[in-house]
Amino acid sequence: MKTRMAFDNLAIKVRTPESSEGKQVQQLPNKIITEGVNFYYGKAQALRNIGLQIREKYITAFIGPSGCGKSTFIRTLNRMNDLIAGARLEGKVFIDGQDVYAKAVDPILLRRKVGMIFQKSNPFPKSIYENVAYGVRINGYAQNKMERDDIVERSLKDAALWDEVKDRLDRSALGLSGGQQQRLCIARSLAVKPDILLMDEPASALDPISTAKIEELIFELKKRYTIIIVTHNMQQAARISDHTAFFLMGELIEYDLTSKIFTNPSRKETEDYITGRFG
Amino acid sequence: MNCSDRVSREQSGNGGSRQRVDWNDRLFRALTGLACWIIVLMVLLIVGKIAYHGKDRLSWDFLTMAPEEGMTAGGIFPAIYGTALLVILMTIAVVPLGVMVAIYLNEYSSHTSAIYKVTRLAVTNLAGVPSIVFGLFGLGFFVQGIGGSIDRVFYGGQLVFGQPAIIWAALTLAVLTLPVVILTTEDTLRAIPNELREASMALGATKFQTIMRTVLPQASAGILTGTILAVSRGAGEVAPILFTGAAYFLPELPHKLHSQFMELGYHIYVLSTQSPDVEATEPILYSTVFVLLALTFFLNLVAIIIRSRMRTKLRRAA
Repeated sequence: MKTRMAFDNLAIKVRTPESSEGKQVQQLPNKIITEGVNFYYGKAQALRNIGLQIREKYITAFIGPSGCGKSTFIRTLNRMNDLIAGARLEGKVFIDGQDVYAKAVDPILLRRKVGMIFQKSNPFPKSIYENVAYGVRINGYAQNKMERDDIVERSLKDAALWDEVKDRLDRSALGLSGGQQQRLCIARSLAVKPDILLMDEPASALDPISTAKIEELIFELKKRYTIIIVTHNMQQAARISDHTAFFLMGELIEYDLTSKIFTNPSRKETEDYITGRFG
Repeated sequence: MNCSDRVSREQSGNGGSRQRVDWNDRLFRALTGLACWIIVLMVLLIVGKIAYHGKDRLSWDFLTMAPEEGMTAGGIFPAIYGTALLVILMTIAVVPLGVMVAIYLNEYSSHTSAIYKVTRLAVTNLAGVPSIVFGLFGLGFFVQGIGGSIDRVFYGGQLVFGQPAIIWAALTLAVLTLPVVILTTEDTLRAIPNELREASMALGATKFQTIMRTVLPQASAGILTGTILAVSRGAGEVAPILFTGAAYFLPELPHKLHSQFMELGYHIYVLSTQSPDVEATEPILYSTVFVLLALTFFLNLVAIIIRSRMRTKLRRAA
């Protein structure tokens, strides 16, 4: 876990989205800071010296072509990559100032704080209620059924799903539409009371109307959560995010205000990508 | 290859060559079809003959009474009872062990690790061991080894557990059916989408919570199928219980773990080789075989139904 410093782009070791527009005032602290993150699947290097800072209660979008490392990178933030045999990380990841790869950190507790929404909605083959209650039960958040009902209701409301499912909480979650399933997965994450939500292409398998609903929801959630969203959809990144990071071949090419990235990128690669010249 | 090439070239001009190929085709089709019919016929013959001869003696009394007059009269209840007790004990032993092995292989071990490869190899080889070898193993390991030790330690050398008994027969059968449970459970675990495990872990569940709350509930139907297949396999085996606990005839039902017992498969062996009056025993023999076949067919049928239901459920989930 030694930070590898001898790398060519030391200049961008730690970057904040404000770097190009100095006038941006930093109102909230940085929630996540990474320093020199290298990641390997066996011998193949998937991330090269990623250093960036993510601001609290902002939406940060990660864009880039398939295989550029953006999904791998968000999975290092809640240590989901720990589950992959032969995977190895170098560098530092700080959340709220705590090195999450330090020996004293329990990845289980980290994942309670850093929720994750996956590309393919993956509700448990249980009832709608039990899906949301899952995290409440395993974390022992509720003393009794009333408290648990309460958390389930609040989470479903926060995920803008309550009105659609309140009369059929005991029905199978698999009977919901794709968009509803994805919002259920969001509700399930919210029930664990995270600070950060990692979303790995949460709307890529959905129709435009369901996508719009999810985007609306993400915008709403921004008030209380720090959100990182990986997306292939450039319009989506432009619509909902405050900051955008562009990844290419495992490297962080550019990280800036979303408006800057999409109107006046400073790197040629970024411009080529967002104008659709490749990827 | 050559032949068919020629056909396509000469298709219009030479009717004789085309006809010869047709004959080849028909002959081969007939041969393969015949092979299918042979299989069906064999099963029909076995089941039909047994059902035909067995039906005369089959009655409620036959199922509920003990054998009488040197097995030339009466029923087979002690053998049915013994078989049931035997497979229940076997299930209690084999299912937890088999499921735990499968969980370790599929959920914990890396597929390149030494323990995975060694266990894999052991399971495959275990499945290939002839059943009579299990019988001898059971006699040496369970009866004389473990049973003998228990007697020496707890009963001062008195013969209690150190002799053939239902518990040792059940454990021997458990070892025999272990591969069935392991392989079926593993298949089921593999079919569970990894996304569900990730979803659970991402919510802050431990590996243990993920297995208990997400993986095993999903796998329950598959584990049940494996159990039923193991029972149906175990219920029909004679060789492993030959030396480990099955008895020729007992005046009373087994009521202790170290009792001997009567069993359907062994009873059939006894009826067909040890009868004092072959003529009188024959109808009883047919009926007994019929009962054993019906039992295993029924169990297999249940396993097939559960498995197909589980498949449709998984498909709907995907």
